[in-house]
Amino acid sequence: MKNHVLRPLFVAVGVVVLILLAREVLVPADFGVQERGYMYGWHRKGNEADWKNVRAKYRTTAYCKECHQDKYADITGSPHETIMCENCHGPGLAHPNDPQSLHIDRRRELCIRCHFRLPYQASGRGRIRGVDPATHHPEAECVLCHYPHNPRWTPGKEARR
Amino acid sequence: MISRRSFCKKSILILGGIAVPLAALELFDPKKLAADRSGPSTVRWVFLVDTHKCVGCGFCVKACKIENEIPYDANVSRTWVERYVVTRDGKVHIDSPKAARDGFTSTSIDQGALGMLKIENSDIDKAFFVPKLCNQCDNPPCVQVCPVGATYQTSDGVVLVDRSWCIGCGYCVMACPYGVRFFHPVYHAAEKCNFCYHRISKGMKPVCVEACPFGARRIGNIRDPNDPVTRIIMTERVNVLKEEYGTKPQVFYVGLTREVK
Ligand code: SF4
Ligand code: SF4
Repeated sequence: MKNHVLRPLFVAVGVVVLILLAREVLVPADFGVQERGYMYGWHRKGNEADWKNVRAKYRTTAYCKECHQDKYADITGSPHETIMCENCHGPGLAHPNDPQSLHIDRRRELCIRCHFRLPYQASGRGRIRGVDPATHHPEAECVLCHYPHNPRWTPGKEARR
Repeated sequence: MISRRSFCKKSILILGGIAVPLAALELFDPKKLAADRSGPSTVRWVFLVDTHKCVGCGFCVKACKIENEIPYDANVSRTWVERYVVTRDGKVHIDSPKAARDGFTSTSIDQGALGMLKIENSDIDKAFFVPKLCNQCDNPPCVQVCPVGATYQTSDGVVLVDRSWCIGCGYCVMACPYGVRFFHPVYHAAEKCNFCYHRISKGMKPVCVEACPFGARRIGNIRDPNDPVTRIIMTERVNVLKEEYGTKPQVFYVGLTREVK
């Protein structure tokens, strides 16, 4: 044991053992190779559940229509039918308990996402009716004249909600 | 009598003797090495983007940023929409202002530090939009380079990041050939699109799919032969991005042209 060659070897072995011990303590039990093998599946299994447990904020139109049947009836069949409620109204998760949390976006910026005229014939944008917002009644909110739940309704002809 | 020195030596030896089989063998267990790469899952999520349908409204980006709590005004996003404008002189102009969070509401191209480039409508040969997101590659280089196992692939094909495990080395950000990854400004961990894993694992659709009014984005299960998305991928002319990298991307595009990178 007095051998000066062996001594550093023992130290090295000791360090390795310490690292392995620390690993045993620090690494969670569910950390290891999962279904996708060593190359892609080496992880903490519990994290998959962490991600699955995140709450979905957007509840989609099917959820909104349960209470707002009138608005759903308006938008059904209109050119805006495919726009989900929450695109303009914001995520609905907290809304039933806290109605104030819903913010209705009436800004022109919302409408010109689609209706700023871009003549791009290679994409669907070229077929959407568009305006130049700098010249098309720049002072007014679009909803003053256009009913967003059914833009085909002409102003004045029918009572708007 | 036992000396302090020999006591320490012996106890380290004994502890080491116990620890080595516990820890070292776990590292080299051949059964785990041979674990089936394809896994037992009956689901493999894939994505289908139809660039003909996209109008560049950016509702998908807006919804994604809110749903996944990516700080709204920070210039990072899990998904984004690129505009390609090919002009008559053969030049290709590409932009994605604020990841297209507010859509495309100008005819000028945002060149970043170089300012806005005005393009006359009459100069345009063709122009279109290409939504981008994580490809959930079948050979994900971002996972291979992670030194600590913080990013990984689930058995249903989605690449996830363990925020508590990420050390912030940035290797994955460099490794992804699609520029998908970034650092989350709040969690300080690598961040990326995960097809809204919290939604698809509950039977819902990713929020960008729900938000798109034009059906430009769809999700499907490639292991289900009757899935409508699978049928389109199998029977129609679809393409993927940067196939030459060998990453086997699983976001399929309808209507790609050679200008799209
Ligand atoms: S697209 Fe990038 S981040 Fe997504 S799996 Fe592929 S390499 Fe990883
Ligand atoms: S919501 Fe659909 S149409 Fe609008 S930018 Fe996104 S992919 Fe394109």
